[in-house]
Amino acid sequence: MEKPILEVDNLRIRYGGASTEAVRGVTFTLGRERLGIVGESGSGKSTVGRALLRLLPGATITADTLRFGDRELLTLSEREMLKVRGRHMSMILQDPKFSLNPIRRVGDQVAETYLRHFRCSKTEARDKALAMLEAVKIRDPKRVYQQYPHEISGGMGQRVMIAMMLLADPDLVIADEPTSALDVTVRLQVLNILDGLVRDRGIGLIMISHDLNLVRNFCDRVLIMYAGRVVETLAARDLDRAEHPYTRGLLAAQPKIGGGRAPLAVLDRQPEWLEEKA
Amino acid sequence: MSVSVETRDVSITFGAGPAAVRVLPGVSFSVSPGECFGLVGESGSGKSTVLRCISMLTDIWTGDILIDGKSVRAMPLIERCRMVQMVFQDPYGSLHPRQSVRTVLNEPLAIHKLGNREERMRKAITDVGLPLSFLDRFPHQLSGGQRQRVAIARALILEPSLLLLDEPTSALDVSVQAEILNLLQRLREERGFTYIMVTHDLAVVDHMCDRFAVMLHGEITEVLPRDAIPANGATHPYARELIGASLEYENAH
Ligand SMILES: Nc1ncnc2c1ncn2[C@@H]1O[C@H](COP(=O)(O)OP(=O)(O)OP(=O)(O)O)[C@@H](O)[C@H]1O
Ligand SMILES: Nc1ncnc2c1ncn2[C@@H]1O[C@H](COP(=O)(O)OP(=O)(O)OP(=O)(O)O)[C@@H](O)[C@H]1O
Ligand SMILES: [Mg+2]
Ligand SMILES: [Mg+2]
Repeated sequence: MEKPILEVDNLRIRYGGASTEAVRGVTFTLGRERLGIVGESGSGKSTVGRALLRLLPGATITADTLRFGDRELLTLSEREMLKVRGRHMSMILQDPKFSLNPIRRVGDQVAETYLRHFRCSKTEARDKALAMLEAVKIRDPKRVYQQYPHEISGGMGQRVMIAMMLLADPDLVIADEPTSALDVTVRLQVLNILDGLVRDRGIGLIMISHDLNLVRNFCDRVLIMYAGRVVETLAARDLDRAEHPYTRGLLAAQPKIGGGRAPLAVLDRQPEWLEEKA
Repeated sequence: MSVSVETRDVSITFGAGPAAVRVLPGVSFSVSPGECFGLVGESGSGKSTVLRCISMLTDIWTGDILIDGKSVRAMPLIERCRMVQMVFQDPYGSLHPRQSVRTVLNEPLAIHKLGNREERMRKAITDVGLPLSFLDRFPHQLSGGQRQRVAIARALILEPSLLLLDEPTSALDVSVQAEILNLLQRLREERGFTYIMVTHDLAVVDHMCDRFAVMLHGEITEVLPRDAIPANGATHPYARELIGASLEYENAH
């Protein structure tokens, strides 16, 4: 078997001052594939993503293995980590506008990502940034280039983040709800771009999403998280045959077109879900 | 008490001189008392901007917006806040980083001099499915979905007649989404709240809304009843495309 891009074994994360761990022994490997992570709000999905980039100041991260290619992530110095971040491993954050600098034009921030990782002139970086904004289907990229973060819409913010990630050309992408603010037509176009990266460039993609249709149709495998643990791992096409009661509950709670107006099914969360393992 | 909403030829331009962009060229629609009205459409087409105009977060628009027949411009601020509340698309930006959840929820109660504050806060936080211990947390200690639920609790705590919801559940897992949608539905039945709801999920529109408008490029292409979704009864080409893509998205295997 081909060497995995990422190996995570028994990852545990505790936030400073918290009495319990936010992530409690997560294990998975990632090859050149699209791995979906679905789970309860607050179950630790974003925390796992941030831990891979070691972007959790004040939190304690431990793992038996946390290997990215040949690098053991927990032993890298902060300087080595800086080289990994962005260039080799990139995360599209859940709150795009919050992660942009509010007082700088969005286009300049996109161009800067390119300048940070590649040697080139400012004009060249600017052209690259504009081309990338266009590639993520932003209407009128020249105007958007000049705008400040508070002047762009939610979906434009998500696409700006995706454009930044694409420019850095990484080997592993962690996308945290990357398309939730996009209309379905644009969403499909953006997913196609991400798909192309996995297919043509062989990157690994971790897709954190609440959108069950998206993970079912777009991912290869899905991890289901509940309260800091992975409770089930499935081939994405078998999502509807999930067995864990949490996953079953999710599928039942999803509204469907033509599904009527009766109150949606809600979960009856069981205490034993906290303890059992996948 | 249920209120109606009427927007007439609402138009807004950002910037000045050659850089000026007219984002809404003139939007008109009306919402009946107690109705749930959906706003869907292209990303960047102006959906959030429409809500910002109605709630007077921005006042540089022209045209008329009437709530229950009264112009929102003429309404005193304090009355407007009891009447209209908004849940923002971006929960991080809308919560003050140094304010605990308790402070966030207490502030509107104090401003409006309401009694039983502790009890109201507890009810609001429980209604959105969070434990009471979360009252003492700060926004950075919450997950994306937990922040969104705090934002919903803050909007509900004043029991406004009109609630403007900008993608209220897109950051929530579907089980929590189901709880929030059921709560919104119940409040509408019990208290006659009127909702205007932006979403990209037409299944949510079908579940919640009576009618919805499809926006493209600042304009409303078409207002449709919810029955138009399952069989794609839209006539405008963009609205047809959007509904068609959503049907495919839901059923593709
Ligand atoms: N800085 C922090 N300090 C303390 N607790 C935190 C901190 N950040 C997050 N948490 C808690 O850790 C848990 C996991 O949060 P995380 O953001 O990883 O959830 P998530 O699965 O991404 O949820 P969502 O789907 O809502 O975004 C949550 O219960 C959250 O309240
Ligand atoms: N303060 C501002 N200055 C300049 N342009 C703005 C400002 N606010 C919004 N815009 C522009 O108005 C347009 C509509 O934005 P809006 O946020 O209303 O879109 P939206 O339909 O909510 O999109 P999304 O679904 O992506 O959230 C965008 O092109 C945006 O760049
Ligand atoms: Mg998250
Ligand atoms: Mg918006």
